[in-house]
Amino acid sequence: MMQEGLDDGPDFLSEEDRGPRAVNVDLQTDATLQVDISDALSERDKVKFTVHTKSTLPNFKQNEFSVVRQHEEFIWLHDSFVENEEYAGYIIPPAPPRPDFDASREKLQKLGEGEGSMTKEEFTKMKQELEAEYLAIFKKTVAMHEVFLCRVAAHPVLRKDLNFHVFLEYNQDLSVRGKNKKEKLEDFFKNVVKSADGVLVAGVKDVDDFFEHEKTFLLEYHNRVKDASAKSDRMIRSHKNAADDINRIASSLYTLGTQDSTDLCKFFLKVSELFEKTRKIESRVAADEDLKLADLLKYYLRESQAAKDLLYRRSRALVDYENANKALDKARAKNRDVLQAETSQQLCCHKFEKISESAKQELIDFKTRRVAAFRKNLVELAELELKHAKGNLQLLQSCLVVLKGNT
Amino acid sequence: MDTTLPPASQPSDVLMEPPSDLMNDPLIEPFSSLTENKPTSKIVSEPSDDFVDLTNNLADSPEDAAESVLADVAIDTTEIPLDEPSDDFVDIFGGETEAPREEVVIANVTVKAAAAADKSEVTSDVTDPPGDLKTGSDFEQEANETATDSIIDLSDDLLSSNAQKPPLASDQFVDPLVDFLSDAPPAADAKIPSRATVDLFEDEGNDLFTEPRQTKSAKQQQKSLFGEADEDLFGEPLGATTKKPVIKEPKGKPVPTKAARDVSNMGGPLQDGYTAEPADIFSEEAVTTVPSIKKTSAVNSKTNGVHSEEDTDIFAEATVELSLDSPQEERKKGVPAVPSASAPSVSAATSLAKPQSASLEELDDDEEEEEEEEEEQEDKFDISISVKDPEKIGDGMNAYMAYKVTTQTPLPMFRNKTFTVRRRFSDFLGLYEKLSEKHGPNGFIVPPPPEKSILGMTKVKVGKEDSSSADFVERRRAALERYLQRIVHHPSLLQDPDVREFLEREELPRAVGTQALSGAGFLKMINKATDAVSKMTIKMNESDVWFEEKLQEVESADQQFRKLHVLVESLVVHRKELSLNTASFAKSTAMLGSAEDNTALSRALSQLAEVEDKMEQLHQDQATNDTFNFAELIADYIRLLGSVRGSFDHRMKAWQRWQDAQAALQKKRETEAKLLWANKPDKLQLVKEEIAEWEVKVTQYERDFDRVTATVRKEVVRFDKEKARNFKREIINYLECLLQSQQQLIKYWEAFLPEAKAIA
Repeated sequence: MMQEGLDDGPDFLSEEDRGPRAVNVDLQTDATLQVDISDALSERDKVKFTVHTKSTLPNFKQNEFSVVRQHEEFIWLHDSFVENEEYAGYIIPPAPPRPDFDASREKLQKLGEGEGSMTKEEFTKMKQELEAEYLAIFKKTVAMHEVFLCRVAAHPVLRKDLNFHVFLEYNQDLSVRGKNKKEKLEDFFKNVVKSADGVLVAGVKDVDDFFEHEKTFLLEYHNRVKDASAKSDRMIRSHKNAADDINRIASSLYTLGTQDSTDLCKFFLKVSELFEKTRKIESRVAADEDLKLADLLKYYLRESQAAKDLLYRRSRALVDYENANKALDKARAKNRDVLQAETSQQLCCHKFEKISESAKQELIDFKTRRVAAFRKNLVELAELELKHAKGNLQLLQSCLVVLKGNT
Repeated sequence: MDTTLPPASQPSDVLMEPPSDLMNDPLIEPFSSLTENKPTSKIVSEPSDDFVDLTNNLADSPEDAAESVLADVAIDTTEIPLDEPSDDFVDIFGGETEAPREEVVIANVTVKAAAAADKSEVTSDVTDPPGDLKTGSDFEQEANETATDSIIDLSDDLLSSNAQKPPLASDQFVDPLVDFLSDAPPAADAKIPSRATVDLFEDEGNDLFTEPRQTKSAKQQQKSLFGEADEDLFGEPLGATTKKPVIKEPKGKPVPTKAARDVSNMGGPLQDGYTAEPADIFSEEAVTTVPSIKKTSAVNSKTNGVHSEEDTDIFAEATVELSLDSPQEERKKGVPAVPSASAPSVSAATSLAKPQSASLEELDDDEEEEEEEEEEQEDKFDISISVKDPEKIGDGMNAYMAYKVTTQTPLPMFRNKTFTVRRRFSDFLGLYEKLSEKHGPNGFIVPPPPEKSILGMTKVKVGKEDSSSADFVERRRAALERYLQRIVHHPSLLQDPDVREFLEREELPRAVGTQALSGAGFLKMINKATDAVSKMTIKMNESDVWFEEKLQEVESADQQFRKLHVLVESLVVHRKELSLNTASFAKSTAMLGSAEDNTALSRALSQLAEVEDKMEQLHQDQATNDTFNFAELIADYIRLLGSVRGSFDHRMKAWQRWQDAQAALQKKRETEAKLLWANKPDKLQLVKEEIAEWEVKVTQYERDFDRVTATVRKEVVRFDKEKARNFKREIINYLECLLQSQQQLIKYWEAFLPEAKAIA
């Protein structure tokens, strides 16, 4: 029923601010492996993404190919990274959020029910509004998924992951399934244990100042970014509401203006036209703030969570290592199982060191990426705000000239 | 009006006699003699004067009078005086001869006048003496000869005016004329300025007209008395005018305040509304005719008490203050009390008085401007009102808000140029109650004040100093200011003594019955309910397409405005929300900035926080702009449209009263027929009297209805103009605010951009 191609509604987002580059979190793009989502289809309760890959890597059979993937398969890929011990020392790119069209769909349905109670213009307006909203959510979803893939493709280690290659290349259904209830419950307990453990682990004083600092920073940063993200969402929502109101006012003025052919009615029509245009600009402002600001913050909410997870893994490894040391000391004192304790200690040490080594680089990268992404987005945000404000200003000026000339 | 009319009409019937008698018998002679004696006189403009002269054979040479008239005429536009004579003739004919059909020359006027006359004749079952007819036609011929030019002018005028608004024009035009002439003497006494005369005539004219004939024989003996009176009346004035034109002015003014008020109110709309319409003719006519009458008036009180008595009756409301033989001094006393505001009308009336002529011209100009372009109104009503400094007085539930009402105006009707009074909210409501009671039934659109808000006020009373109660107070303050401005910019309402009192008087008696929860409030609710019921039961078959369309227009506009208002209010809510959310986002951003460990990014984030802080202020201001320049404007118009509908309802009520009276009359006639059949002369007389009474009422109500219709029409036209101008001004204002906020926005983001670029 609801089928939306990505390229529908070209008006809604102009070239410059559409697509995955909305949140560009990657430092360098590498021509050897380029991934994007070229198309997406929304079906009743799922979205089908067409993942398009261009690569010169020898692992792939072809240089360019596309596969159709669903959200669950992205999640599967993400989880496979998380579960892979090998990647414990890396910040695992955060999984894209689940597409949520329910609210939008519901509204659209309500609109259909209320069709009789409003005028044709109102109905068309509302419909346009909701479709635009739906399209925006849709595009955002696609962008989030694309960002995930791009991050993986840009990661020096993760890009070589076999699962990733399968995900990109295998042109059949990966037949991953969503987690069942039992698994979800397990996940839940795992999370509880993990966070409890995290609190315990966090209490351990780190030997390394860098990590100690990163830990406190990330803890605070995560909370702040969470707050900011929620607030920006609310701000943008009310901005959108205001834009919708302006839209409705425009159509109401239009009705007023079409009642007669007096001067005042013509005046109303002009104002209605102006409001209509203002509405467009305002909703563009809201949409751009959404893309440039809210999405950025949301992404860093997830990314900082991923970084925190990395620190947790490292701390966990550190605790393990210290425990292994203690066990080794004990074993030595009792002179029992020394070899076993030694190997275990060495394993833990190795693991900890490996994590520490890559984690340090990852965290430095994270920061550089973050600064770059904020810079880019904030500059773009300011430019777009300026562009819209100027457009609005011009609109108002020319309209005022006309209106004043009329009186 | 209505309540006072029935008593007034009774005496007027009696009083009306003299003119008819006079006209029928004594005056006829004069007519012929006039024409014989003065065939050369070109001054047809003042036939009544001429009559007077002739009948009296007064020493004052008619030439003198003529000259003075001429001189005055010269001051005025030439057309006006020219119209006049023909009018008079026409009236005289219409009133007396009954056979005006031959009068081809005076086509429009006469035919109509005659028609009117016919109508009234028919109802009164009286046949006119043929002799009258004859003399009348004689006279007519003469008149035609002498006044051909002017008549042609007139008919041209009429034609054009009629062409524009045929139904209205004919109605109104005919009535006053007929009345006027047949009742010249009483009318004269009134000295009421142009508007007044029109009014009075509409109200009473027919009564005068119809009654006399029936009872003529019975009251024959009065004839002489009246004849004399009239002679006097007519005779003196000439001297009065020529010799002391100044005197007239003070006399004109004293016309009791109430009358002046009514008059100006009623007349106002008539004159303003239709530029090239009967109204004009009226005013012109009135301007010219009244003076002639007024001349008589000067003498009036002295010469015959009978007359002034008549006057008081006829203009029951108007001249109550006039004592039988009120000396001029007494009248003069009234002057200071009377607003010089009635000046437009008064001076219009005294236009022929030379000293006044200059100011008259000004005023005339003013009026014309007003008619043509209401935009000029702001200049004309050079008055500005501000409502400031809302202040809570008292504590608890007895607390109320008092506002400072400051008026600035150079208008002479006020004692000072600037003055300030303290008024509480219920005073504003009280003013509205008074105004709507007085002017509502006449079809005026009285601007309504903001509604009482128990919720909003309770909040204020409880003393919560939150933003919503401050917002409420500010909204109300602004609404009250606009309310007062609308009132003082209404040409007629400004003249109301209650308005002046409200603006000027230090202490105002406490307005009663404005409390929402009082007994009076309850009564009001019941009244409203019954009104609503009766409104539904009245089935008015609307004959006037204009009204039908307007009503529909008003209703749909009302609907649309309500819708729009809801939307704008929701925009305000969302904008406030946006402002709040922006503020909290700004805080979060600032916190994020402080948490950020990259210095440049941290700095940029705190800059962003600042930008968002400023945006919050912008949104806040924008919400205020939405509220005060847009939402409140619409709210005002929702209220005003309510008043417009109210005036439509009043028109409907007037119509209903007329219809009821007609039905009653019909019943009486049936009774009469039955009695005739049954041959019961004693009862028959009674019924006949009743019929006469009802006839009077019917015509009077019909006039009321016509008058209300005209007023409503004029008011609606004015309202529409006001509305268009108001909306344009306010919306442009609103858009300019938007524009400014966009400019600010640009400034903020431009300042931020380099900061964002500095992130490294």
